Amino acid sequence: MGIKRGLKVLAASALSLGLLAGCNASGGSEGSSGGGSGKVIKIATQTPLSGGSATLGESIKLGAQLALEENKKKFEDLGYKLQLQPYDDQADPKKGVANAQLIGSDKSILGVVGHLNSGVSIPSSEVYEKYKVPMVSPANTATEVTDRGLKTVNRIVARDDFQGPAGADFAINKLGAKKIFVVQDKTAYGTGLADAFKKAAEDAGAEILGYEGITVGEKDFNGVLTQVLSKKPDLVFFGGLYTEGGQLIRQARDKGIDIPFMGGDGMDSSTLVEIAGDAVKNVYYTSVAADASKSSDGQAFSSKYKEKFNKNVESYSAYGYDSMSVLLKGLEAAIEGSDGDLPSREKVAEEVRKIQDFQGVVTKVGFDDIGDNKFAKVYIYKFSEAKYPGVQEGEISK
Amino acid sequence: MLAEILQSLPQVLVDGIALGAIYAVIALGYTMVYGILELINFAHGEIFMTGAFIGVAMLILMTGMGWLAAMPAVLALILVLVVTSILTGFMGVGIERMAYRPLRNSPKLITLISAIGVSFLLQDLVRFITEYKRGNYILTGPSMFNEKFSIKFSSISSSFSDAFFKTSTLILIVAVVIMMVGLDFFVNKTKWGMAMRAVAQDRETASLMSINVNKVISLTFFIGSALGGATGVLFAVQYGTIDPYIGFILGLKAFTAAVLGGIGNIRGAMAGGLMLGILEMFAAANLQLLTGGIFGAEYKDVFAFAILIIVLIFKPEGLFGKAVTEKV
Repeated sequence: MGIKRGLKVLAASALSLGLLAGCNASGGSEGSSGGGSGKVIKIATQTPLSGGSATLGESIKLGAQLALEENKKKFEDLGYKLQLQPYDDQADPKKGVANAQLIGSDKSILGVVGHLNSGVSIPSSEVYEKYKVPMVSPANTATEVTDRGLKTVNRIVARDDFQGPAGADFAINKLGAKKIFVVQDKTAYGTGLADAFKKAAEDAGAEILGYEGITVGEKDFNGVLTQVLSKKPDLVFFGGLYTEGGQLIRQARDKGIDIPFMGGDGMDSSTLVEIAGDAVKNVYYTSVAADASKSSDGQAFSSKYKEKFNKNVESYSAYGYDSMSVLLKGLEAAIEGSDGDLPSREKVAEEVRKIQDFQGVVTKVGFDDIGDNKFAKVYIYKFSEAKYPGVQEGEISK
Repeated sequence: MLAEILQSLPQVLVDGIALGAIYAVIALGYTMVYGILELINFAHGEIFMTGAFIGVAMLILMTGMGWLAAMPAVLALILVLVVTSILTGFMGVGIERMAYRPLRNSPKLITLISAIGVSFLLQDLVRFITEYKRGNYILTGPSMFNEKFSIKFSSISSSFSDAFFKTSTLILIVAVVIMMVGLDFFVNKTKWGMAMRAVAQDRETASLMSINVNKVISLTFFIGSALGGATGVLFAVQYGTIDPYIGFILGLKAFTAAVLGGIGNIRGAMAGGLMLGILEMFAAANLQLLTGGIFGAEYKDVFAFAILIIVLIFKPEGLFGKAVTEKV
């Protein structure tokens, strides 16, 4: 009982936090209509709105909110009133699952945009699957998110295992690297990334001069760099995180190794620039998030977002927007499919999965049979000066 | 194969000596305390880490106030080194007073646990303060002594390649040599040094010879911690970035170096540290060549520790240690 009451209190506070707090009818909100504008359909967002990654979570929510408000008119014509229901998953799997239970039991919620963290997304989506609530993820890259083959789980960003091959493609075809030295940090992430890169690079005809490991937590990587120095590659690929990456780059530049370095999204951090300082020049990293300012659609989105919320866009704002748009498109199709009646969640999930060519502001969306986006791209960024973030240099599609 | 190893040898030696010098000074702290109390002071790695943070904080503060630009960099470094070593020295004395002295007569294992507790406490305290002040516990100091040099080994013989290093490497090695020579002189040639050696030999008898044992132990902790803190500053200048967990791995390796040289023996710790550093660097650079690609650089620690085991099998007291006859 205590737990349930606690959840109710939490739900109530989540409601009051929401921007639509005034409009929310408390208690049994099933099908009850506010001002005669038809039935209420809610779309939930689940992202961290408090804690360390609150900035990113908030930006996803705001992006989704923008898309929802733009579509309100269309759904009113169909006889439904759209509402956003934001939840705070606190980047915590336990909290995510608890919220997912609330979402599942609120019958008026027909879809979820979320989460930011794959680790939260994976257990929470088990609950969504149970209640058949369709989920569109704006940011989860872990392979396991879609590899479980759940019918309700979709994502619009690229998978982790595409980063290595995309990096190899760029290194060989755009940077002209022929002899590559690979360093990895012996963690699951680093080794996985480095192995995928190595395989793709070998298949593309590059020569791997060395494949070495370093230890996380150490600061001196001169031994490995001595090998790099004597083997003279044209590019060093590092599979690992920014702490070791920054040291490696810094010590390499001290040894006079001026060739380009490349890494995965583990290097996508302002701390990398802080650690490496000026040595960060000529370093490339891959990311699943596009720089919105590169396209005219993205620029229009950024200014709209800035105008409405008086905040600058973050890397995943536009992905929040696109996720919501995709979800609403599926919902619209489902409503049309049921001749204007309120569709079941299953029907909405089916329609979302069926989307094949939806043009969003940063990415085109078309889901394959496990919910991965066929048009997802990996973007290559470069540091040309000691300033974060880097500049988008290229994009690699599957 | 031999030609390739020879080719990279100058670079391996320069890097290995720099890393080994750091191991050596930290090893001194372990070995001095062990020599006197037969206590493995596991908090010593954390004192080194705290020294690094104090040093970087001071450097950042001095940069902010424009002092760093106003005075010669070497002078600034000396100032930071002195202040940091005094602070960490007193910290060491305080730790001994609070965490070890009340337990001096209890079983050795209990003091060891107390040391591990202190080490966690320091780690999280430093992490908390840094995160509170900077929002991120990874701290990067101002860039100093970044001029690059190369020694033209290739002009001696074409079978060598040039060795690259920075001014900070040179400063590190010089400072460590000064610290080691100073300590050696202090322990062997001064009255206080003699008192320390006496306490190390036999605490009770030393106290009967009118030596204030508690004072000597405090002094030992002060010197060991001051050296550790100063090394922390040198480490931060050399590697640029520090986090609250650097003390753990480095402390473990330095402790190994102390055992390799013969724990309780000061010159042994110096030699052990240098040897471990060079071995590790050599393994990281050449292990793949030596094993034909089966083992890579990630096995450098295995290589270094295998040598440690071999040394200990044939000389259990360490390279420089004297076999101690059991006290009755």
